[in-house]
Amino acid sequence: MKKYRFLHHTADAKFQAFGETLEEAFQQAALALVSLMWDWEKVGDKLEVPVQVEGHDMKQLLVNYLEEILYLFDTRRFLLSRVGDISIQKKEGRYVLRTLFKGDKYSNETEIFGDVKAITYNEMEISGTAPFMIQVVADI
Amino acid sequence: MELKKINEYSWEIPKHDNMNVPAVLYASDKLLEGVKRDRTLQQAKNVACLRGIQRNAYVMPDAHQGYGFPIGGVAAFDLDEGIISPGGVGYDINCGVRLLRSDFMEKDVLEKRTLLLTEIFKEVPAGLGKGGTTRLSQRVLEEVCAKGAEWAVENGYGRKEDLLKTEENGRMKEADTSFLSKRAIERGIPQLGTLGAGNHFLEIQKVLEIFDKDVAKVFGIQSQGQILIMIHCGSRGLGHQVASDYIKSMENKFGFKDLPDRELINAPIRSNLGTQYYKSMSAAVNFAFANRQMIAHWVRDVFSKVMGSAEGMDLIYDVCHNVAKFEEHTIEGKQKRVCIHRKGATRSFGPGRKEIPEVYRDVGQPVLIPGSMGTASYILVGTSEAEKLSFGSTAHGAGRVMSRHEALRRFRGEQIKKELEQKGIELRSTSWKGVAEEASQAYKDVDEVVRISDQAGIGRLVAKVVPLGVMKG
Repeated sequence: MKKYRFLHHTADAKFQAFGETLEEAFQQAALALVSLMWDWEKVGDKLEVPVQVEGHDMKQLLVNYLEEILYLFDTRRFLLSRVGDISIQKKEGRYVLRTLFKGDKYSNETEIFGDVKAITYNEMEISGTAPFMIQVVADI
Repeated sequence: MELKKINEYSWEIPKHDNMNVPAVLYASDKLLEGVKRDRTLQQAKNVACLRGIQRNAYVMPDAHQGYGFPIGGVAAFDLDEGIISPGGVGYDINCGVRLLRSDFMEKDVLEKRTLLLTEIFKEVPAGLGKGGTTRLSQRVLEEVCAKGAEWAVENGYGRKEDLLKTEENGRMKEADTSFLSKRAIERGIPQLGTLGAGNHFLEIQKVLEIFDKDVAKVFGIQSQGQILIMIHCGSRGLGHQVASDYIKSMENKFGFKDLPDRELINAPIRSNLGTQYYKSMSAAVNFAFANRQMIAHWVRDVFSKVMGSAEGMDLIYDVCHNVAKFEEHTIEGKQKRVCIHRKGATRSFGPGRKEIPEVYRDVGQPVLIPGSMGTASYILVGTSEAEKLSFGSTAHGAGRVMSRHEALRRFRGEQIKKELEQKGIELRSTSWKGVAEEASQAYKDVDEVVRISDQAGIGRLVAKVVPLGVMKG
């Protein structure tokens, strides 16, 4: 289910992702990002990639988590279509996120309609209490 | 924010609050309206607050809101007091433009246009997901990043004389690949020799109008209807990763609590981290030079095959529009070496500068300004005035005015292709959605951007070109 929306931004892509929990908002943020590049609803989920990222604060954690998707696409042609359960823990002053990315390998049938260069901190918002919301501007 | 009019084409944000210098903006009333609608002015003010900034923070006529620095931002920093900032270069390091001339005329090419585009589309990997045709080893990728276009020429991609007509001769010698992360290298390996998506493109163009015959002739442009090839692309995932890596490590080391915007993160130029970023950025710059060199080579191959010859297809120039460099400029009456950041701005050096190719040293460097998809592009020439007005810089393109999301809502790729066909332009792309996002209506009027550059004196008009065939990444 889609729980994200895009907002007006002159040059880049600005989106908000929502969730009943912060973890769900993180899942939705990944799908929102991916929707800029391919139609995740049309991509299978036979491949699984375990993911662990860290950040010294929640925003850096979010950047590292979303950049993992760009990295996996560039280097392994991995197309994310689902995000498994997310756990976010604070360990020795750092945030650690663990999850399982599910998706498929790129083939000529998949239309790739855009390039996301990077995840920026610009106008980034993470509301850590209900209603959980994540706002991101991606450089495209 | 207070904006003082200097003359018809330039405006100043006077020094206030924490600004170390004023900010100067080149724009017409019309362009200014657009700029006022987003955060460009606030971002220019933020740049003017950075440590060691010299003279003025500058904003080019095509400016729009970026992250940290505005797109179309130019700033110079003192080498001892100043900083270097990945956000002042941008994520697409050495995104740039390369222009090839030819002796072909419109009529020669129109007959074979479809075949030319089909072959180019086959040879030059476009769009995302389509990796380069060559799978490289890590060792070779590092060599590419160390040597740039020189590596490409040594390996059979293009001609030795191409290097003389590439900014930095196609190689920033300060590159040090040992500072590249494993991830940056991994992302670079499958992407060398690819155009990428977004606003990147390859066009077969014809000369529509020549404004300055003498200068055009020096550049190799003789007549209306002459065919040129323009290539617009950058350093792909490798460059993006370098920017992200150093934003992260600078933040971890220096923090961002004193900065008005987290994307303005920076390091002192002389610090270890500052040096490492510069050397890694240079490696990414080289990757992009090699990338455009390879693509130009494949285009020549296709012309050889389809048109019978690629003779006369000499490089006019290759410019970077996202880069940081060390250059000498006159500041408060003294010659001084500074670190210039150009983010979405093209170097625009006038006659005499040692950095520009010898053949152009009497007239100034070619400045290549790509328009949006299906619209005109321009060739300008750098001026000596620009050195005083903008540290030798001018615009880099049209600049967006509409979000991609809005463009997708309003336009259909298939419709745009039809409209372009009616204008006599053949379009190839791997994605209709990608075409809709790049609709020319989503961009500023490039004609107005170059007019202001010309009038303000930061880059003078030489020729106007329009596309006959477009391959969108």
